[in-house]
Amino acid sequence: MFIAATDVDHHPLVPIWQELVIGTIAFGLLCFVLLKFVMPRMEAMYQARVDAIEGGLKRAEAAQAEANQVLEQYRAQLAEVRTEAAKIRDDARSDAEGIRQDILGKAREESDRIIAAGKEQLAAERATIVRELRTEVGTLAVDLASKIVGESLADEARRKGTVDRFLSGLESAGAR
Amino acid sequence: MSGQLVVAQGIPWPPSVGDFYPPNVAGPWVTKFGIMVWLAVALLIIFFMLAYRKPTLVPGKTQWYAESLYGLVRDNIAREQMGNAGIRFAPYLTVLFSFIALTNLFGIVPGLQISPNSHIAFPIVLAAISYVMYLYIGVRKDGLGSYLKKSLIIPGVPWPMHFLLIPIEFLQNFINRPVTLAVRLFANMFAGHLILLVFTLGGFVMLASDNVFVQVTSVFSFAMAILMAFFEVLVALLQAYVFVTLTANYIGTSLADDH
Repeated sequence: MFIAATDVDHHPLVPIWQELVIGTIAFGLLCFVLLKFVMPRMEAMYQARVDAIEGGLKRAEAAQAEANQVLEQYRAQLAEVRTEAAKIRDDARSDAEGIRQDILGKAREESDRIIAAGKEQLAAERATIVRELRTEVGTLAVDLASKIVGESLADEARRKGTVDRFLSGLESAGAR
Repeated sequence: MSGQLVVAQGIPWPPSVGDFYPPNVAGPWVTKFGIMVWLAVALLIIFFMLAYRKPTLVPGKTQWYAESLYGLVRDNIAREQMGNAGIRFAPYLTVLFSFIALTNLFGIVPGLQISPNSHIAFPIVLAAISYVMYLYIGVRKDGLGSYLKKSLIIPGVPWPMHFLLIPIEFLQNFINRPVTLAVRLFANMFAGHLILLVFTLGGFVMLASDNVFVQVTSVFSFAMAILMAFFEVLVALLQAYVFVTLTANYIGTSLADDH
């Protein structure tokens, strides 16, 4: 009845010792090769991938945070700059006003001064001219009178009195 | 009746233990089972070497398959059973898982059609490695005395109970664990092959019958064989997963701080 394709009837729970040896060597070789040449790289690759993904996310987050921070900083700076500009404008405006007033004041002063100087000079010149004229006219008149009269009026005091009288006569005549 | 027909046509019926021991190819060192184991080793080395010849951060297809396998064992077995400390065992567990899964799947590969793990020698080798591994790790971590104490003595029980509990714990941790590890894998592959034999050979036996009704019924037998072949794929992967998960779990108890 039994057509067993084997020479010995073997109990299935009893190992064949040659197979124990073959199994040990073969599996040992498999472990050696894979654990030495493949698996370490696989774990390394696994870690690298985890790093790459998590690191990428982390880097992106960091970049985002930095961008936000820079933006915030930028805005703050902008606001600061705006107030600064407004302040500068106000300052400039008030400065300009001040300077204008200053210049105006100075110019007024200067013109007053010039006018005053001019008046003074004029008065001085007038006085000089009047004085000079007075002597010259006196001399001329005296010369003329001496020529006319033919008499030299040596006494100066007398002569002066005569001239003064003459001039006063002229002035009163002119005024009239 | 069918038995006579079988004899006539050379179909080995009924399936027996003898079917698991085909004649040697050339002496006791070159057998079908031995060749299949070497084939599995060669295929796995080629696959992983090819997949990781030039690893890139964005994986190619083969690399992705290899990494999925590694990721499954790393995250769903090693880390699940042992926590983050267990990740360093993930490489060995991955090799173990792929070896068991591939050799189990040989059971339904045409031409091979039997898993090397249906000879208990190979599960014994794998279980022995796991056994030595978790014992060694336990002793190295705690020292022999503390490790035995941790393994055998359940804290917080009345002392007379230890007369009962210590032998039970000893049996559990040092005898049952490796034996069940080996026998579970072996028995599943053995039974799976037997089931496929029963339905496939049974189909041929029925087909060879004189009775037309019996011949027609053979269709169901073949259909069942196909169904069972798919079922065997599930069993093959599941047993690989169970073996590796239990190994990880045992290593985990060696790494743990208390009983």
